[in-house]
Amino acid sequence: MTISEIKNDIIEEFAMFDDWEERYQYMIDLGKTLPLIDEQYKTDENIIKGCQSKVWVHANLENDKVVFTADSDAIITKGIIAILIRVFSNQQPKDIIEADTDFIDAIGLKEHLSPTRANGLVSMIKQLKLYAIAYQTQLN
Amino acid sequence: MLNVDEIRKDFPILDREIHGKPLVYFDNAATSQTPQQVIDVIVVYYSKYNANIHRGVHTLSQEATDLYEQARIKIQKHFNAKHSHEIIMTSGTTHGINLVASGFTAFLKKGDEIIISALEHHSNIVPWQMLCERTGAQLKVIPINQEGELILSEYNKLLSEKTKLVFVNHISNALGTINPIETIIEKAHQVGAAVLVDGAQACPHLVPDVQDLNVDFYVASAHKICGPTGVGMLYGKDEWLQKLPPYQGGGEMIAEVTFEKTTYADLPHKFEAGTPNICGGIAFGAALDYMNAIGFDAIAAYENELLEYATEELSAIDGLKIYGTSEHKTSVISFNLEGIHPYDIGTILDKMGIAVRTGHHCAQPIMDFYKIPGTVRASFAFYNTKKEIDALVSAVNKAKMMLS
Repeated sequence: MTISEIKNDIIEEFAMFDDWEERYQYMIDLGKTLPLIDEQYKTDENIIKGCQSKVWVHANLENDKVVFTADSDAIITKGIIAILIRVFSNQQPKDIIEADTDFIDAIGLKEHLSPTRANGLVSMIKQLKLYAIAYQTQLN
Repeated sequence: MLNVDEIRKDFPILDREIHGKPLVYFDNAATSQTPQQVIDVIVVYYSKYNANIHRGVHTLSQEATDLYEQARIKIQKHFNAKHSHEIIMTSGTTHGINLVASGFTAFLKKGDEIIISALEHHSNIVPWQMLCERTGAQLKVIPINQEGELILSEYNKLLSEKTKLVFVNHISNALGTINPIETIIEKAHQVGAAVLVDGAQACPHLVPDVQDLNVDFYVASAHKICGPTGVGMLYGKDEWLQKLPPYQGGGEMIAEVTFEKTTYADLPHKFEAGTPNICGGIAFGAALDYMNAIGFDAIAAYENELLEYATEELSAIDGLKIYGTSEHKTSVISFNLEGIHPYDIGTILDKMGIAVRTGHHCAQPIMDFYKIPGTVRASFAFYNTKKEIDALVSAVNKAKMMLS
C-alpha cells in the first residue's frame, strides 16, 4: 500500500469514532497491543530528545524500503507511534521524505503536533524523515 | 473566610471552556491567573500613562515614573525591606538568581563552596554550576528524605568556613515542601556565608518578612502572585547590593560616562540597565494590592483546606501515590498512578478540561531520587474550589480506567 492509501484508511477508521474518548481508547489499545521494538534497540542513542515521555526509534533498510520500529514508556505516545509506523514504515525513502502529515489533523490529533505538548510527535516525524533522507543518500 | 464565589468573578479566564468542559485550572504553581483588577491596571497604563521613565521632563514620563516607583515601594512594604532601593526590579526569579550568581564571581576563589538543596528547580542549579566553573568553587548539595524534606543534620555537616553562599528555595515547586529557611539562614550566617532564597513558590501563599528572616537576598516572580509574566523582584541587603558589581551595562545604570571611565548609578538603578518592564512593574504592585486586600492569612487557611481535602480524596484512589508528604507543605500535590506514565494521565485530564502539569517540573534530581520519570502535579490557588477537586478526582479515576 502507498502512504496515501494507508493515510486514507486511518482517516476512515477514525471517522467511526464519535468523541475523543473513543479516539483515545483506540490509540491506547493500539499502544497496548503492539510489540514495537526489539529490546536491544532501546538504547540512549535511539532516544528522541524533546519528549516528555521516552521515545526510541530504530530504522533499518530492507529491500530498498525503510523499516521503522519504535517504543515509548507512555501509552498514548505509543499509540501515536503505532499510527506513524503504519504510515511510514516499509516505504521507500523518497516517499517518506515527500509525505505530509495532514492526516494527523484529520483524525483529530492536531493538538499533539503543537510544540508545547512536548510529546515529541513533531520530533518523532522529523527523526523518521531524517532516517529516510540518510537512506536515500545511501541508495543514490 | 474567603468568599470564593465572589473572588472567582474577578478572574475572567475561569469562565473559559476547554474541550467543551469548564476549565479547572490546577497549574497555579506554574503561573497564577490574572484578576480583572490587574488587567485593568495594564489597560489603563497603556491607555493613559505609557512613556519611558526616569529621564523625560515631560508630564507623561513623570507620571509613569511615579507609578513605577510607587510599585517599588509597594513591593518594599510587602516584603518589609528596610529601603526601597533594596528592591531591584527584574524580569523574574531566574533573572534575580543570575544577577546574584554573576556578581558573586568577584567574591569567590578556588576552594570556596556554595551549598544548594536537592529540591531545586533547574534554573536554580545551572547558574551555580556556571559560577563554579568560572571561579573553581565547589557545589555542595543538601539531600532530602523520603518525605521530600531537606535533611538539616546533613546541611550542618556541609557548612564550614569554606561556605560562601547558601541557596535554597523557600518552597519546593515539585513537591510543595516548605523549607525551614529561618534555621538555614541562621546556620549559614554563623559561618559567615550569605544566603539567597528563591521565593517564587512561597510568595503566592505567605508574606516573607526579609528583615525578620535576616536573609541576604530574596527573589520572586510577579506571575505566580496574580501579576503579569516577565517581571519580578530581587531583594538584597543594602550592604550586599553596594558590594555586588553590576550585572548588565546599559542606560539607566550609569551616573557618568566618558570613554575613559564610567561611574555607576546609585541603587537600585545600578542593577536596572535599559528600559524596564514598566507596565509589568506597575501591575506587579497592583497584584500585591489585590492579594493583600483578600489577605494572605485567609488565602493560606483556605488553600490548606483545599490541600487536605484533595489529599484525602486522591489518596482514596487505589494505586495512587503522592510524592512530597511533609507536614509542612503548600497546596501542591505531586502524584502518580501505579504503572501509568504521568504524561498519559495529563493528556486525559486535559481532554476533560483539567489543567495540571506533568513531567519532571524542571526538577530532574528529585525525580531521580524517587526513581520516577515524572509526576502529575496539581497545584491549588485561593480561587479554586472543592467542586473542582471532585472533578479532578473523577477525571483521574476515568484516566485510570482508560489507561489500565
